Amino acid sequence: MTNEEIREEIIDILQDIAPDEDLDSLEDDQSFREQLEMDSMDFLDIVMELRKRHRVQIPEEDYPHLNSMTSTVTYLEPKMRDIVRS
Amino acid sequence: MIAAESSPSATFQRLPDDQRIVITGLGLTAPNGNDWTAFRQALLEGRSGVQAYKIRYFGDTLAGICDFEAKRYQPRKELRRGTRAGSIGIYVANEAVGHSGLDWQNVDKARVGIYIGVTEHGNVETENEIHEIKGYDYNTDFWSHHHNPRTVANNPAGEIALNLGITGPHYTIGAACAAGNAGLIQGAQQLRLNECDVALAGGISESIHTFGIFAGFNSQNALAQHPEPARASRPFDLKRNGIVVAEGGCAYILERLSDAKRRGAEIIGELAGYAMNTDATDFVLPNPERQAECVQLALKRAGLQPEQIDIVSTHATGTNSGDSQECLALRTVFGNCTTVRFNNTKSYIGHAMGAAGALELAGNLAAFRDRVVHPTINVDQLDPACQLNGLVLNQPQEVPQVNYILNNSFGMLGINSVVIIHRYL
Repeated sequence: MTNEEIREEIIDILQDIAPDEDLDSLEDDQSFREQLEMDSMDFLDIVMELRKRHRVQIPEEDYPHLNSMTSTVTYLEPKMRDIVRS
Repeated sequence: MIAAESSPSATFQRLPDDQRIVITGLGLTAPNGNDWTAFRQALLEGRSGVQAYKIRYFGDTLAGICDFEAKRYQPRKELRRGTRAGSIGIYVANEAVGHSGLDWQNVDKARVGIYIGVTEHGNVETENEIHEIKGYDYNTDFWSHHHNPRTVANNPAGEIALNLGITGPHYTIGAACAAGNAGLIQGAQQLRLNECDVALAGGISESIHTFGIFAGFNSQNALAQHPEPARASRPFDLKRNGIVVAEGGCAYILERLSDAKRRGAEIIGELAGYAMNTDATDFVLPNPERQAECVQLALKRAGLQPEQIDIVSTHATGTNSGDSQECLALRTVFGNCTTVRFNNTKSYIGHAMGAAGALELAGNLAAFRDRVVHPTINVDQLDPACQLNGLVLNQPQEVPQVNYILNNSFGMLGINSVVIIHRYL
Protein backbone atom coordinates (compact mmCIF):
# COMPACT_ATOMS: atom_id res chain seq x y z
CA MET A 1 0.00 0.00 0.00
CA THR A 2 1.16 3.51 -0.72
CA ASN A 3 0.91 6.17 1.97
CA GLU A 4 -2.09 7.58 0.16
CA GLU A 5 -3.79 4.17 0.21
CA ILE A 6 -3.03 3.77 3.90
CA ARG A 7 -4.61 7.17 4.50
CA GLU A 8 -7.71 6.15 2.56
CA GLU A 9 -7.91 2.98 4.61
CA ILE A 10 -7.79 4.97 7.87
CA ILE A 11 -10.49 7.32 6.58
CA ASP A 12 -12.61 4.31 5.72
CA ILE A 13 -12.20 2.96 9.25
CA LEU A 14 -12.92 6.38 10.78
CA GLN A 15 -16.14 6.62 8.78
CA ASP A 16 -17.37 3.54 10.63
CA ILE A 17 -16.09 4.65 14.03
CA ALA A 18 -17.21 8.27 13.82
CA PRO A 19 -20.19 8.24 11.46
CA ASP A 20 -21.46 11.64 12.61
CA GLU A 21 -18.19 13.46 11.85
CA ASP A 22 -17.21 15.39 8.75
CA LEU A 23 -13.95 13.74 7.69
CA ASP A 24 -13.49 15.85 4.54
CA SER A 25 -12.15 18.70 6.62
CA LEU A 26 -9.75 16.56 8.64
CA GLU A 27 -6.35 18.21 9.05
CA ASP A 28 -3.70 15.53 8.73
CA ASP A 29 -1.17 17.19 11.03
CA GLN A 30 -3.61 17.93 13.81
CA SER A 31 -4.44 15.27 16.38
CA PHE A 32 -7.59 13.22 15.85
CA ARG A 33 -8.81 14.03 19.36
CA GLU A 34 -8.67 17.77 18.68
CA GLN A 35 -10.85 17.38 15.62
CA LEU A 36 -13.08 14.40 16.31
CA GLU A 37 -15.03 13.22 19.31
CA MET A 38 -12.92 10.16 19.99
CA ASP A 39 -12.13 8.30 23.18
CA SER A 40 -9.90 5.37 24.04
CA MET A 41 -12.49 2.83 22.87
CA ASP A 42 -12.51 4.52 19.45
CA PHE A 43 -8.74 4.19 19.17
CA LEU A 44 -9.09 0.53 20.08
CA ASP A 45 -11.56 0.30 17.21
CA ILE A 46 -8.84 1.53 14.83
CA VAL A 47 -6.42 -1.04 16.25
CA MET A 48 -9.00 -3.83 15.95
CA GLU A 49 -10.03 -2.91 12.42
CA LEU A 50 -6.41 -2.90 11.22
CA ARG A 51 -5.96 -6.29 12.85
CA LYS A 52 -9.10 -7.68 11.25
CA ARG A 53 -8.58 -6.21 7.82
CA HIS A 54 -4.83 -6.55 7.41
CA ARG A 55 -3.56 -8.62 10.35
CA VAL A 56 -1.54 -5.57 11.42
CA GLN A 57 -0.64 -5.79 15.10
CA ILE A 58 -0.19 -2.56 17.03
CA PRO A 59 1.26 -3.08 20.52
CA GLU A 60 -0.07 -0.86 23.28
CA GLU A 61 3.20 1.06 23.65
CA ASP A 62 2.82 2.22 20.05
CA TYR A 63 -0.65 3.71 20.50
CA PRO A 64 0.76 7.29 20.78
CA HIS A 65 1.71 6.98 17.10
CA LEU A 66 -2.01 7.02 16.28
CA ASN A 67 -2.21 10.66 17.33
CA SER A 68 -2.81 12.30 13.95
CA MET A 69 -3.33 11.11 10.40
CA THR A 70 0.24 12.00 9.48
CA SER A 71 1.78 10.19 12.45
CA THR A 72 -0.51 7.18 11.91
CA VAL A 73 0.42 6.83 8.24
CA THR A 74 4.12 7.24 9.03
CA TYR A 75 3.88 4.58 11.72
CA LEU A 76 1.90 2.14 9.56
CA GLU A 77 3.93 2.56 6.39
CA PRO A 78 6.57 -0.13 7.18
CA LYS A 79 3.82 -2.48 8.46
CA MET A 80 1.55 -2.03 5.45
CA ARG A 81 3.75 -1.25 2.46
CA ASP A 82 3.84 -4.91 1.38
CA ILE A 83 0.07 -5.32 1.64
CA VAL A 84 -1.61 -5.36 -1.72
CA ARG A 85 -4.85 -3.45 -1.62
CA SER A 86 -7.78 -5.66 -2.55
CA MET B 1 -74.16 -5.34 37.38
CA ILE B 2 -71.34 -2.89 36.94
CA ALA B 3 -67.94 -3.05 38.57
CA ALA B 4 -67.91 -1.96 42.17
CA GLU B 5 -66.86 1.62 42.72
CA SER B 6 -63.42 2.02 44.15
CA SER B 7 -63.64 2.20 47.89
CA PRO B 8 -62.23 5.43 49.28
CA SER B 9 -60.96 3.38 52.17
CA ALA B 10 -58.76 1.08 50.09
CA THR B 11 -55.43 0.57 51.83
CA PHE B 12 -53.30 2.43 49.30
CA GLN B 13 -55.58 5.47 49.51
CA ARG B 14 -55.01 5.79 53.23
CA LEU B 15 -51.27 6.22 52.74
CA PRO B 16 -49.79 9.71 53.02
CA ASP B 17 -49.31 11.35 49.62
CA ASP B 18 -45.54 10.90 49.76
CA GLN B 19 -46.04 7.13 49.95
CA ARG B 20 -48.58 6.95 47.14
CA ILE B 21 -47.00 6.23 43.76
CA VAL B 22 -48.46 7.45 40.50
CA ILE B 23 -47.67 7.04 36.82
CA THR B 24 -47.22 10.42 35.17
CA GLY B 25 -45.74 9.43 31.83
CA LEU B 26 -44.98 6.50 29.61
CA GLY B 27 -43.00 5.73 26.50
CA LEU B 28 -43.06 2.53 24.56
CA THR B 29 -42.20 0.65 21.44
CA ALA B 30 -44.16 -2.46 20.55
CA PRO B 31 -44.20 -4.52 17.36
CA ASN B 32 -47.50 -2.82 16.47
CA GLY B 33 -46.90 0.73 17.66
CA ASN B 34 -44.17 3.15 18.67
CA ASP B 35 -46.15 5.26 21.10
CA TRP B 36 -49.03 4.78 23.50
CA THR B 37 -51.70 6.10 21.12
CA ALA B 38 -50.58 4.01 18.15
CA PHE B 39 -50.25 0.91 20.32
CA ARG B 40 -53.73 1.37 21.77
CA GLN B 41 -55.17 1.94 18.31
CA ALA B 42 -53.59 -1.29 17.05
CA LEU B 43 -55.04 -3.21 19.99
CA LEU B 44 -58.52 -1.84 19.39
CA GLU B 45 -58.27 -2.61 15.67
CA GLY B 46 -56.95 -6.13 16.26
CA ARG B 47 -53.69 -5.36 14.44
CA SER B 48 -50.86 -7.80 15.07
CA GLY B 49 -47.18 -6.93 14.96
CA VAL B 50 -45.94 -10.45 14.31
CA GLN B 51 -43.99 -10.96 11.10
CA ALA B 52 -41.92 -13.53 9.25
CA TYR B 53 -38.36 -13.37 10.54
CA LYS B 54 -35.05 -15.00 9.82
CA ILE B 55 -32.10 -15.29 12.15
CA ARG B 56 -28.70 -16.90 11.62
CA TYR B 57 -28.29 -20.57 12.42
CA PHE B 58 -31.95 -20.97 13.30
CA GLY B 59 -33.41 -19.85 9.97
CA ASP B 60 -36.99 -18.91 9.18
CA THR B 61 -39.32 -18.23 12.07
CA LEU B 62 -41.74 -15.57 13.35
CA ALA B 63 -41.17 -12.59 15.60
CA GLY B 64 -42.64 -9.38 16.92
CA ILE B 65 -40.34 -6.74 15.43
CA CYS B 66 -40.19 -3.06 16.42
CA ASP B 67 -39.56 -0.32 13.87
CA PHE B 68 -39.09 2.71 16.15
CA GLU B 69 -36.81 5.45 14.89
CA ALA B 70 -33.67 4.88 16.96
CA LYS B 71 -31.91 7.93 15.55
CA ARG B 72 -34.55 10.23 17.00
CA TYR B 73 -32.65 10.14 20.30
CA GLN B 74 -29.26 8.67 19.43
CA PRO B 75 -26.47 9.87 17.15
CA ARG B 76 -25.13 7.20 14.82
CA LYS B 77 -21.96 6.77 16.83
CA GLU B 78 -23.89 6.02 20.02
CA LEU B 79 -26.04 3.54 18.13
CA ARG B 80 -22.97 1.77 16.81
CA ARG B 81 -21.30 1.53 20.17
CA GLY B 82 -24.31 0.51 22.20
CA THR B 83 -26.66 -2.43 22.19
CA ARG B 84 -30.12 -2.96 20.75
CA ALA B 85 -31.36 -3.29 24.32
CA GLY B 86 -29.81 0.07 25.16
CA SER B 87 -31.32 1.61 22.08
CA ILE B 88 -34.82 0.37 22.93
CA GLY B 89 -34.32 1.66 26.47
CA ILE B 90 -33.15 5.07 25.26
CA TYR B 91 -36.10 5.42 22.92
CA VAL B 92 -38.76 4.53 25.49
CA ALA B 93 -37.08 6.54 28.26
CA ASN B 94 -36.95 9.70 26.12
CA GLU B 95 -40.55 9.17 25.05
CA ALA B 96 -41.60 8.72 28.68
CA VAL B 97 -39.80 11.88 29.80
CA GLY B 98 -41.45 13.83 26.98
CA HIS B 99 -44.86 12.39 27.78
CA SER B 100 -44.58 13.18 31.49
CA GLY B 101 -44.40 16.92 30.97
CA LEU B 102 -41.49 17.10 33.41
CA ASP B 103 -39.39 20.24 33.04
CA TRP B 104 -36.49 17.96 32.21
CA GLN B 105 -33.84 20.67 31.91
CA ASN B 106 -34.47 21.63 35.50
CA VAL B 107 -34.99 18.18 36.98
CA ASP B 108 -32.21 17.25 39.41
CA LYS B 109 -30.69 14.31 37.51
CA ALA B 110 -29.09 13.00 40.70
CA ARG B 111 -32.62 12.37 41.99
CA VAL B 112 -33.72 10.31 39.00
CA GLY B 113 -33.45 6.53 39.26
CA ILE B 114 -33.54 4.03 36.40
CA TYR B 115 -35.02 0.59 37.08
CA ILE B 116 -35.32 -1.53 33.98
CA GLY B 117 -36.54 -5.11 33.98
CA VAL B 118 -34.82 -7.57 31.66
CA THR B 119 -35.39 -11.22 30.95
CA GLU B 120 -31.78 -11.69 29.93
CA HIS B 121 -29.02 -9.50 28.58
CA GLY B 122 -25.77 -10.06 26.74
CA ASN B 123 -26.74 -13.07 24.69
CA VAL B 124 -27.10 -10.98 21.53
CA GLU B 125 -23.63 -9.49 21.85
CA THR B 126 -21.98 -12.77 22.85
CA GLU B 127 -23.54 -14.59 19.91
CA ASN B 128 -22.37 -11.78 17.61
CA GLU B 129 -18.80 -11.98 18.85
CA ILE B 130 -18.62 -15.75 18.58
CA HIS B 131 -19.97 -15.47 15.05
CA GLU B 132 -17.36 -12.79 14.31
CA ILE B 133 -14.33 -14.72 15.62
CA LYS B 134 -15.51 -17.81 13.76
CA GLY B 135 -14.23 -15.91 10.71
CA TYR B 136 -10.81 -15.74 12.38
CA ASP B 137 -10.62 -19.42 13.34
CA TYR B 138 -11.87 -18.59 16.83
CA ASN B 139 -8.78 -16.51 17.60
CA THR B 140 -9.87 -14.41 20.58
CA ASP B 141 -7.48 -11.60 19.56
CA PHE B 142 -10.39 -10.54 17.37
CA TRP B 143 -12.90 -10.43 20.24
CA SER B 144 -14.33 -6.93 20.58
CA HIS B 145 -13.18 -4.54 23.30
CA HIS B 146 -16.82 -3.41 23.35
CA HIS B 147 -17.96 -6.80 24.61
CA ASN B 148 -17.86 -6.14 28.35
CA PRO B 149 -19.58 -2.74 28.46
CA ARG B 150 -22.19 -4.13 26.08
CA THR B 151 -22.88 -7.25 28.10
CA VAL B 152 -22.78 -6.13 31.72
CA ALA B 153 -26.22 -6.75 33.13
CA ASN B 154 -26.85 -3.06 33.82
CA ASN B 155 -26.11 -2.13 30.18
CA PRO B 156 -29.61 -1.14 29.03
CA ALA B 157 -30.21 1.03 32.10
CA GLY B 158 -26.69 2.46 31.91
CA GLU B 159 -27.12 3.46 28.28
CA ILE B 160 -30.30 5.34 29.26
CA ALA B 161 -28.33 7.13 31.99
CA LEU B 162 -25.57 8.12 29.55
CA ASN B 163 -28.04 9.34 26.96
CA LEU B 164 -30.17 11.40 29.36
CA GLY B 165 -27.40 12.53 31.72
CA ILE B 166 -29.05 10.84 34.70
CA THR B 167 -26.71 10.54 37.68
CA GLY B 168 -29.00 8.86 40.19
CA PRO B 169 -28.99 5.08 40.59
CA HIS B 170 -29.39 2.89 37.54
CA TYR B 171 -29.65 -0.86 37.26
CA THR B 172 -31.57 -3.62 35.63
CA ILE B 173 -33.79 -6.10 37.39
CA GLY B 174 -33.31 -9.63 36.08
CA ALA B 175 -36.69 -11.26 36.52
CA ALA B 176 -37.28 -13.48 33.48
CA CYS B 177 -40.62 -12.64 31.93
CA ALA B 178 -41.91 -11.05 35.13
CA ALA B 179 -39.34 -8.29 34.60
CA GLY B 180 -41.63 -5.56 33.28
CA ASN B 181 -43.73 -5.60 36.42
CA ALA B 182 -40.61 -6.09 38.55
CA GLY B 183 -39.04 -2.91 37.14
CA LEU B 184 -42.16 -0.94 37.95
CA ILE B 185 -42.34 -2.39 41.46
CA GLN B 186 -38.66 -1.59 42.07
CA GLY B 187 -39.20 1.99 40.95
CA ALA B 188 -42.14 2.40 43.33
CA GLN B 189 -40.18 0.92 46.22
CA GLN B 190 -37.22 3.23 45.62
CA LEU B 191 -39.54 6.26 45.55
CA ARG B 192 -41.06 5.17 48.85
CA LEU B 193 -37.56 4.82 50.29
CA ASN B 194 -36.80 8.34 49.05
CA GLU B 195 -33.87 7.03 47.00
CA CYS B 196 -35.06 9.16 44.08
CA ASP B 197 -37.76 11.69 43.19
CA VAL B 198 -38.43 10.42 39.68
CA ALA B 199 -38.27 6.75 38.73
CA LEU B 200 -37.85 5.65 35.13
CA ALA B 201 -39.16 2.13 35.49
CA GLY B 202 -40.35 -0.64 33.23
CA GLY B 203 -38.89 -3.33 31.04
CA ILE B 204 -37.21 -3.92 27.71
CA SER B 205 -36.30 -6.83 25.48
CA GLU B 206 -34.04 -7.26 22.46
CA SER B 207 -34.45 -11.03 22.54
CA ILE B 208 -35.33 -11.49 18.88
CA HIS B 209 -31.70 -10.72 18.02
CA THR B 210 -30.41 -13.87 19.68
CA PHE B 211 -30.89 -17.15 17.83
CA GLY B 212 -30.55 -18.95 21.13
CA ILE B 213 -33.97 -17.95 22.41
CA PHE B 214 -35.67 -19.29 19.29
CA ALA B 215 -33.62 -22.46 19.28
CA GLY B 216 -34.20 -22.89 23.01
CA PHE B 217 -37.98 -22.55 22.82
CA ASN B 218 -37.97 -24.78 19.75
CA SER B 219 -36.09 -27.48 21.65
CA GLN B 220 -38.68 -27.14 24.41
CA ASN B 221 -41.39 -27.62 21.77
CA ALA B 222 -42.66 -24.20 22.81
CA LEU B 223 -42.03 -22.05 19.72
CA ALA B 224 -45.16 -21.01 17.82
CA GLN B 225 -45.60 -21.90 14.19
CA HIS B 226 -48.34 -20.78 11.83
CA PRO B 227 -48.54 -20.14 8.08
CA GLU B 228 -49.99 -16.67 8.78
CA PRO B 229 -47.63 -14.75 11.10
CA ALA B 230 -50.39 -12.56 12.54
CA ARG B 231 -52.29 -15.69 13.62
CA ALA B 232 -49.37 -17.41 15.32
CA SER B 233 -49.65 -15.97 18.81
CA ARG B 234 -52.89 -17.46 20.10
CA PRO B 235 -53.14 -17.73 23.87
CA PHE B 236 -56.21 -19.66 25.08
CA ASP B 237 -56.92 -21.14 21.64
CA LEU B 238 -57.21 -24.91 21.48
CA LYS B 239 -54.65 -25.01 18.66
CA ARG B 240 -52.05 -22.77 20.25
CA ASN B 241 -48.61 -24.22 19.76
CA GLY B 242 -46.17 -21.97 21.55
CA ILE B 243 -44.55 -18.59 21.97
CA VAL B 244 -43.84 -15.91 19.38
CA VAL B 245 -40.70 -14.10 20.55
CA ALA B 246 -40.93 -10.31 20.37
CA GLU B 247 -38.80 -7.29 21.13
CA GLY B 248 -40.08 -4.12 22.71
CA GLY B 249 -39.86 -1.77 25.62
CA CYS B 250 -41.95 0.33 27.93
CA ALA B 251 -40.77 2.87 30.49
CA TYR B 252 -42.97 4.63 33.01
CA ILE B 253 -42.32 7.85 34.83
CA LEU B 254 -43.24 7.19 38.44
CA GLU B 255 -43.49 9.89 41.06
CA ARG B 256 -44.79 10.26 44.57
CA LEU B 257 -48.34 11.63 44.52
CA SER B 258 -47.21 14.64 46.57
CA ASP B 259 -44.64 15.60 43.89
CA ALA B 260 -47.01 14.95 41.01
CA LYS B 261 -49.69 17.14 42.61
CA ARG B 262 -47.17 19.89 43.29
CA ARG B 263 -46.17 20.18 39.65
CA GLY B 264 -49.72 19.68 38.38
CA ALA B 265 -48.83 16.52 36.50
CA GLU B 266 -51.40 14.59 34.55
CA ILE B 267 -51.82 11.32 36.41
CA ILE B 268 -52.32 8.23 34.26
CA GLY B 269 -52.88 5.88 37.17
CA GLU B 270 -51.90 5.04 40.71
CA LEU B 271 -50.13 1.95 41.94
CA ALA B 272 -52.76 0.35 44.18
CA GLY B 273 -50.88 -2.81 45.03
CA TYR B 274 -48.28 -5.26 43.92
CA ALA B 275 -46.79 -8.59 44.84
CA MET B 276 -43.97 -10.88 43.84
CA ASN B 277 -43.47 -14.46 44.94
CA THR B 278 -41.84 -17.69 43.83
CA ASP B 279 -43.13 -21.13 42.87
CA ALA B 280 -40.03 -23.00 44.04
CA THR B 281 -41.33 -26.03 42.18
CA ASP B 282 -39.85 -26.17 38.66
CA PHE B 283 -37.47 -24.49 36.21
CA VAL B 284 -40.15 -23.86 33.59
CA LEU B 285 -43.52 -25.30 34.61
CA PRO B 286 -45.80 -22.81 36.36
CA ASN B 287 -47.45 -23.41 39.71
CA PRO B 288 -51.03 -22.11 39.71
CA GLU B 289 -51.24 -22.24 43.48
CA ARG B 290 -48.33 -19.81 43.87
CA GLN B 291 -49.66 -17.64 41.04
CA ALA B 292 -53.03 -17.39 42.79
CA GLU B 293 -51.26 -16.53 46.04
CA CYS B 294 -49.37 -13.76 44.26
CA VAL B 295 -52.61 -12.27 42.90
CA GLN B 296 -54.25 -12.55 46.31
CA LEU B 297 -51.30 -10.89 48.02
CA ALA B 298 -51.46 -7.94 45.62
CA LEU B 299 -55.20 -7.60 46.25
CA LYS B 300 -54.71 -7.82 50.00
CA ARG B 301 -52.00 -5.16 49.99
CA ALA B 302 -54.21 -2.87 47.95
CA GLY B 303 -57.12 -3.55 50.29
CA LEU B 304 -59.30 -4.76 47.42
CA GLN B 305 -61.69 -7.62 46.80
CA PRO B 306 -61.35 -9.62 43.55
CA GLU B 307 -64.68 -8.30 42.24
CA GLN B 308 -63.34 -4.75 42.36
CA ILE B 309 -60.89 -5.51 39.53
CA ASP B 310 -62.23 -4.48 36.13
CA ILE B 311 -59.56 -5.87 33.82
CA VAL B 312 -57.11 -8.67 34.40
CA SER B 313 -54.29 -8.47 31.88
CA THR B 314 -53.16 -12.08 31.66
CA HIS B 315 -49.63 -13.28 31.18
CA ALA B 316 -50.56 -16.29 28.98
CA THR B 317 -47.91 -16.85 26.31
CA GLY B 318 -49.57 -19.40 24.05
CA THR B 319 -48.03 -22.51 25.54
CA ASN B 320 -50.23 -25.46 26.35
CA SER B 321 -49.42 -25.70 30.02
CA GLY B 322 -48.73 -22.06 30.86
CA ASP B 323 -52.08 -20.74 29.63
CA SER B 324 -54.25 -23.36 31.29
CA GLN B 325 -52.34 -23.15 34.57
CA GLU B 326 -52.72 -19.38 34.73
CA CYS B 327 -56.44 -19.70 34.02
CA LEU B 328 -56.70 -22.23 36.83
CA ALA B 329 -55.02 -19.73 39.15
CA LEU B 330 -57.36 -16.96 37.97
CA ARG B 331 -60.47 -19.11 38.47
CA THR B 332 -59.28 -19.74 42.03
CA VAL B 333 -59.22 -16.01 42.74
CA PHE B 334 -61.94 -14.63 40.45
CA GLY B 335 -64.19 -17.68 40.03
CA ASN B 336 -67.22 -16.06 41.62
CA CYS B 337 -66.83 -12.64 40.02
CA THR B 338 -69.24 -11.51 37.34
CA THR B 339 -67.83 -8.20 36.16
CA VAL B 340 -64.11 -8.92 35.87
CA ARG B 341 -62.83 -8.97 32.27
CA PHE B 342 -59.75 -10.88 31.17
CA ASN B 343 -57.64 -10.18 28.10
CA ASN B 344 -54.25 -10.99 26.65
CA THR B 345 -51.98 -8.65 24.71
CA LYS B 346 -49.42 -11.24 23.62
CA SER B 347 -51.97 -12.40 21.06
CA TYR B 348 -51.09 -9.22 19.10
CA ILE B 349 -47.39 -8.69 19.71
CA GLY B 350 -46.03 -12.04 20.82
CA HIS B 351 -44.03 -12.39 23.99
CA ALA B 352 -41.88 -9.31 24.54
CA MET B 353 -40.06 -11.03 27.40
CA GLY B 354 -38.60 -8.40 29.75
CA ALA B 355 -40.89 -5.77 28.26
CA ALA B 356 -44.01 -7.92 28.31
CA GLY B 357 -45.43 -6.96 31.69
CA ALA B 358 -44.81 -3.24 31.23
CA LEU B 359 -46.12 -3.18 27.65
CA GLU B 360 -49.23 -5.23 28.37
CA LEU B 361 -50.09 -2.95 31.26
CA ALA B 362 -49.64 0.10 29.02
CA GLY B 363 -51.97 -1.43 26.43
CA ASN B 364 -54.66 -1.69 29.09
CA LEU B 365 -54.11 1.61 30.91
CA ALA B 366 -55.84 3.51 28.13
CA ALA B 367 -59.04 1.72 29.15
CA PHE B 368 -59.29 4.07 32.14
CA ARG B 369 -60.20 6.72 29.58
CA ASP B 370 -61.83 4.92 26.66
CA ARG B 371 -63.56 2.26 28.81
CA VAL B 372 -62.93 -0.40 26.20
CA VAL B 373 -61.40 -3.78 27.00
CA HIS B 374 -59.25 -4.87 24.09
CA PRO B 375 -59.75 -8.53 23.31
CA THR B 376 -57.52 -11.55 23.09
CA ILE B 377 -57.31 -12.13 19.34
CA ASN B 378 -56.74 -15.35 17.41
CA VAL B 379 -59.06 -17.46 19.55
CA ASP B 380 -60.92 -19.60 17.00
CA GLN B 381 -61.80 -22.31 19.46
CA LEU B 382 -61.42 -21.61 23.14
CA ASP B 383 -59.58 -24.31 25.04
CA PRO B 384 -62.04 -25.44 27.74
CA ALA B 385 -59.08 -25.48 30.15
CA CYS B 386 -58.75 -21.72 29.59
CA GLN B 387 -62.39 -20.87 30.21
CA LEU B 388 -62.84 -17.79 32.39
CA ASN B 389 -66.04 -15.89 33.02
CA GLY B 390 -65.42 -12.52 31.44
CA LEU B 391 -62.75 -13.56 28.95
CA VAL B 392 -62.89 -10.96 26.18
CA LEU B 393 -62.32 -12.70 22.87
CA ASN B 394 -61.73 -11.36 19.36
CA GLN B 395 -63.93 -8.24 19.67
CA PRO B 396 -63.34 -5.24 21.94
CA GLN B 397 -65.87 -4.85 24.73
CA GLU B 398 -67.12 -1.57 26.10
CA VAL B 399 -67.65 -1.46 29.85
CA PRO B 400 -69.35 1.13 32.06
CA GLN B 401 -66.11 2.08 33.75
CA VAL B 402 -62.60 0.88 34.46
CA ASN B 403 -61.23 1.64 37.90
CA TYR B 404 -58.74 -1.15 38.49
CA ILE B 405 -56.42 -3.06 36.18
CA LEU B 406 -54.54 -6.07 37.47
CA ASN B 407 -51.49 -7.08 35.44
CA ASN B 408 -49.99 -10.57 35.65
CA SER B 409 -46.43 -11.29 34.61
CA PHE B 410 -44.74 -14.60 35.30
CA GLY B 411 -41.40 -16.09 34.35
CA MET B 412 -39.07 -19.05 34.35
CA LEU B 413 -37.67 -20.39 37.59
CA GLY B 414 -41.10 -19.73 39.04
CA ILE B 415 -41.00 -15.95 39.38
CA ASN B 416 -44.44 -14.35 39.69
CA SER B 417 -45.40 -10.70 39.72
CA VAL B 418 -48.69 -8.84 39.92
CA VAL B 419 -49.33 -5.11 39.71
CA ILE B 420 -52.67 -3.38 40.33
CA ILE B 421 -53.21 0.11 38.94
CA HIS B 422 -56.06 2.38 39.94
CA ARG B 423 -57.63 5.07 37.80
CA TYR B 424 -56.64 8.15 39.75
CA LEU B 425 -59.72 10.05 40.72
